[in-house]
Amino acid sequence: MATTSMTMAKALNEGLRRALEKDKKVLLMGEDIGKLGGVFRITDGLQKDFGEDRVIDAPLAESAIVGTAVGLAIRGYRTVCEIQFDGFVYPAFDQIVSQVAKLHKRSDGVYTMGLVIRLPFQGGIGAIEHHSESPEAYFAQTAGLRVVSCSTPNDAYWMIQQAVEHDDPIIFCEPKSRYWEKGEVDLDTPPHGLFDSVVRRTGEDVTVIGYGSSVKTILRAADTAQTEGRSLEVIDARSLAPLDLGPMISSLEKTGRLVVVQEAPNTASLGSELVATLTERCFYSMRAPGIRVSGYHVPYPPSRIEDAYRPSVERILDAVDRVMGYES
Amino acid sequence: MIDEKLVQLLTPEGERISHPQYESTLGGDQILGLYRDMVIVRRLCNESTSLQRQGQLALWAPVQGQEGAQIGAGRALEPMDFTFPSYREHGVAWCRGVPPEDMLRIFRAVTTGGWDPQKYRHSVPTVVLGNQALHAVGYAMGVQRDGAEEAVMTFFGDGASSQGDVLESFVWAASFNAPVVFFCQNNQWGISTPSTLQSKVPLYRRAPGFGFPGIRVDGNDVLAVYEVTKRALDNARTGNGPTLIEAYTYRMGAHTTSDDPTRYRVDAEVEVWKHRDPIERVKALLAREYRVKGSTFDEVNAEADLMALKLREDVLAMGPPDPISMFENVYADVHPLIEEGRREMIELGVSGSGH
Repeated sequence: MATTSMTMAKALNEGLRRALEKDKKVLLMGEDIGKLGGVFRITDGLQKDFGEDRVIDAPLAESAIVGTAVGLAIRGYRTVCEIQFDGFVYPAFDQIVSQVAKLHKRSDGVYTMGLVIRLPFQGGIGAIEHHSESPEAYFAQTAGLRVVSCSTPNDAYWMIQQAVEHDDPIIFCEPKSRYWEKGEVDLDTPPHGLFDSVVRRTGEDVTVIGYGSSVKTILRAADTAQTEGRSLEVIDARSLAPLDLGPMISSLEKTGRLVVVQEAPNTASLGSELVATLTERCFYSMRAPGIRVSGYHVPYPPSRIEDAYRPSVERILDAVDRVMGYES
Repeated sequence: MIDEKLVQLLTPEGERISHPQYESTLGGDQILGLYRDMVIVRRLCNESTSLQRQGQLALWAPVQGQEGAQIGAGRALEPMDFTFPSYREHGVAWCRGVPPEDMLRIFRAVTTGGWDPQKYRHSVPTVVLGNQALHAVGYAMGVQRDGAEEAVMTFFGDGASSQGDVLESFVWAASFNAPVVFFCQNNQWGISTPSTLQSKVPLYRRAPGFGFPGIRVDGNDVLAVYEVTKRALDNARTGNGPTLIEAYTYRMGAHTTSDDPTRYRVDAEVEVWKHRDPIERVKALLAREYRVKGSTFDEVNAEADLMALKLREDVLAMGPPDPISMFENVYADVHPLIEEGRREMIELGVSGSGH
């Protein structure tokens, strides 16, 4: 197995490069993605190698980036749209929900909406307002869309390629706070399917589920818990819509205790969906109610105080204490 | 107020007039063809309104008064061109070959689409105002990349002209020199909103600000609309970029069958536009210049009546789809929630009942 160490940003770049090489119908479109290589440099060097017709610097209008990608999809192209930051996706919300999600259905399956909308999401980079949000639930609730999130460079490299090849529209959530962290990437074999959830660490006492930036935080919490004699099983949801419940159910049948971690607020969130669905499926295995560790119900705070908003190791361990506390 | 820049080749009285840049290239048979199209589409519209009033359609969006604009534009298209309509483009759909009964499926609420958009090269109706303008520009960018000599045309109204998507599509089309024609039917009213609230300048004058030509044509003059659209499509196909056509017309009927225009517009205005009818002026021209006989007009009417009869039969025979069909084509690939929903519906015994 040939692996190489690279950052998530580089892994996405390499994954996109491979997608462009494999299929001439693949295009990239977004703001500042050409000469600049994107504000996060995810598309660095790609316009130089694949030309301005395939790596398209877009005028600054998100609805048009997605809306023209719809027209390109009808013409047979597969466009990877880069939305510069999570908080700038809302101008495109109408196109995504009204058109991208529905046109396969409205055309009785004639149109294939094979396009990817890349969304750097979640906080933790000390940014100013509108640069740290977690809008995944808006899209997860919309029938016709699929939503995935990577948490490691290896996943980033493979999931972006799998997303480009998929025939359904995919909201691809990238945890921007992990862009610069390195990991091993296997350049030959994809580790998992695009819509698989994955057990990142096995344990016995509590099942802790997260995605994106939260996975690493949960793994740190698991290390600390271990020193306290508690064994956490950590699951990376990866696919937020649809959810891959199988590994989660198996885990919960073993541990009987559930904690879900997300940066988004609780209300009508992926965390809420996971707790509700898993409680329905695993009721007789559960020894405590599932607990969500989430952002608070406030607009994303100024980043100087974002650490108090984002789920921390301490808050995760506190939730673990609470689910463990239901038994004497 | 009709702008002095309005392109017109046929007056409301059916007299030809000359224009410095455009002349009619159509012969008598072709003009008779346009007349036939307009009569049939008006008949289709009236029959659909009746069907709605009789409880057979959930809604209908009348096109009466706009037949000249839609037939002129629709017949200017080449077969390989692709069109992106709103929800009122029944005349364009007719020109693209969409069967009338398919146009009514969405209004009978038995589907959310209605026809195969690739077969007719006419996209499914778009109800969210202006969304389709961006699809047209994106499609046109694909045509460019394919090196194909095809044009793309999108249709919207004066109401949608205020939507961000339409204005963004102007920016995109100009920046990428996309082979697209924006066909705006200014029918003066967006439900109750007058076009004067949508724009402080004539709509066609917006285009130069975006970097491409805009032209206002008498939307009730099918000959002028045909020539103006033909040239704009040719320009798009030959790499000369986008055009905004403002077809100046009038919505003679209500916005939809749920609307009551007497609450917001005066009869006198409607009366003025009655004298500008797109069909009557062509009939006058045909009778005078081409000696088309009354019996020929009678034949066209009879054909339209026959179409309406068949349309009525087809619509009445259109039952609701099997509820289980709601799970089809939501996704291209298998999806667990689709499977779960389908399973539950089968277990409940809802499927197959037709209700």
